[in-house]
Amino acid sequence: MSDELYQERIVALAKAKTGAGKLAQPTKTARRDNPLCGDRVIIDVKVDDTGKIAEIGHQVRGCLLCQASASALSSIAIGKDAAGIAEIRHDAERALGREEGAAHEPYAAFAPVAAHKSRQECVLLPLEALKDALS
Amino acid sequence: MSFDVAGVRRQFPILSEIIDGRPIHYLDNGASAQTPLAVIDAVRSYETTSRANVLRGVHRLAERATELYENARADVATFLGVQPMEIVFTGGCTAAINLVAYSYGQLLKAGDRILLSELEHHSNIVPWQLLRQRSGIEIDMIPVTPDGRIDLALLPKLLTPRTKLISLAHISNVTGALLDVNAVVAAAKTVGAKVMLDGAQRAPHGPLDLPALGVDFYVFAGHKAYGPNGVGVLWAKPELLDAMPPFMGGGSMIGRVTFAETTWAPAPRRFEAGTPPIGPAIGLGTACNWMRGLDWTAAHDHEMGLVQRLMDGLQKIDGTEILGPASLQNRYPVVSFMLDGVHPHDVAQTLDAFGVAVRAGHHCAQPLMDRFDLDGTTRVSIAPYNDNSDIDALLTGVAHAAKTLR
Repeated sequence: MSDELYQERIVALAKAKTGAGKLAQPTKTARRDNPLCGDRVIIDVKVDDTGKIAEIGHQVRGCLLCQASASALSSIAIGKDAAGIAEIRHDAERALGREEGAAHEPYAAFAPVAAHKSRQECVLLPLEALKDALS
Repeated sequence: MSFDVAGVRRQFPILSEIIDGRPIHYLDNGASAQTPLAVIDAVRSYETTSRANVLRGVHRLAERATELYENARADVATFLGVQPMEIVFTGGCTAAINLVAYSYGQLLKAGDRILLSELEHHSNIVPWQLLRQRSGIEIDMIPVTPDGRIDLALLPKLLTPRTKLISLAHISNVTGALLDVNAVVAAAKTVGAKVMLDGAQRAPHGPLDLPALGVDFYVFAGHKAYGPNGVGVLWAKPELLDAMPPFMGGGSMIGRVTFAETTWAPAPRRFEAGTPPIGPAIGLGTACNWMRGLDWTAAHDHEMGLVQRLMDGLQKIDGTEILGPASLQNRYPVVSFMLDGVHPHDVAQTLDAFGVAVRAGHHCAQPLMDRFDLDGTTRVSIAPYNDNSDIDALLTGVAHAAKTLR
């Protein structure tokens, strides 16, 4: 049930707001909207010469799950390139029960969302935005 | 007179359902109302004793089905205070608006204007934008007041001799505000414009007298009015239906078909191409009769008493704000609110854990959300079968969300 959905770890990730805010001079920016629920994520990144993320900032107008995911993503994105972010996406998919296997931290925290199909896009939206920013 | 809410509740089997050990507190009636046994029985009876296609067969099942279907048309007409042949069954409320936008829209010319409002549901915006793309009409918009009503003071400025139609929500699906229909009809007459009301949120709250309202078109959805899914209603003045070309072509809507030329059936059949939603229409006719059997003065007082209880309770929770009229005057039991620091979806998800069903988000009214710079709202929409326990469970859930999620 939902009380289990909003477990302490997810709430803590959202409240941490890791990476929240705009970057002053991003290399790339991407925005993703979820037309069904109206959630909106804007991701700024600074990418180095090798394609790796040097800095990341996110602006989320969305629910707690979306905020928590943006925060989780920002906490591990530095130093990753597009392939590395794709790996994190697999972790998220595993946590949501959409792929086989165990998810790594911090996305393992999203396991309770596996039982709430209608909320899974909220978790994936920041990953979609970052993928766009890196493409 | 007191309202027998327990007696009404007994007619809705789903309200006795227990999920994860909790009773259901169904406060999402604005999205889809629940359906009473009378409607379930009527649909089951059609499916088990009279199922056949309508209008064309000569066998006894076809005759039974046709009679039930046409009786349903008459039941809906009685509910609206109009004649049966003025009732068109559609696939839903959205389908009914699209029918008008397409068919009545064909009578309009480039440069003609349609007047909508800022609080319309997308289904009363997008069909007109599609018409604008097809035929070059123009769309004007009436802004809303800070308390979520259509600002009719601006109406005289927005009406022009080219305004052909004003299409507005009878009741806002977000703020619950009731439209001052008399003022709109009077203003429309000054420029010769027609008036259409989107009655999706009004029809579930009792019978109507459309001739007295003085409007030209009225639409509503079956599933929000205690009927089945898959059926809606368009009512229009007969002279308008007579003038309107068909929307969809197919069986039932023709007079005579040759490859050289086809003539159209008279209304309402002209607008009911193909096999109609027979069972759902029969269910909707029964739902209209069911609604006519309620004492709506008492039911409305009961519903608005729940609104007051809700508003009083929300006020006691820090950081809540209502989007919509604060007074109970000229409003219906649809209440949207925000909880500072908590996204509406998180409020709704938390409420689900308390057995409370509400809607959260933009409510298919994104221009209204933009007007108030909101991500969305949490919406409570009340039906006659709701009671104090539903409101109290909701308030407990909102207080829990306020405590744990911010």
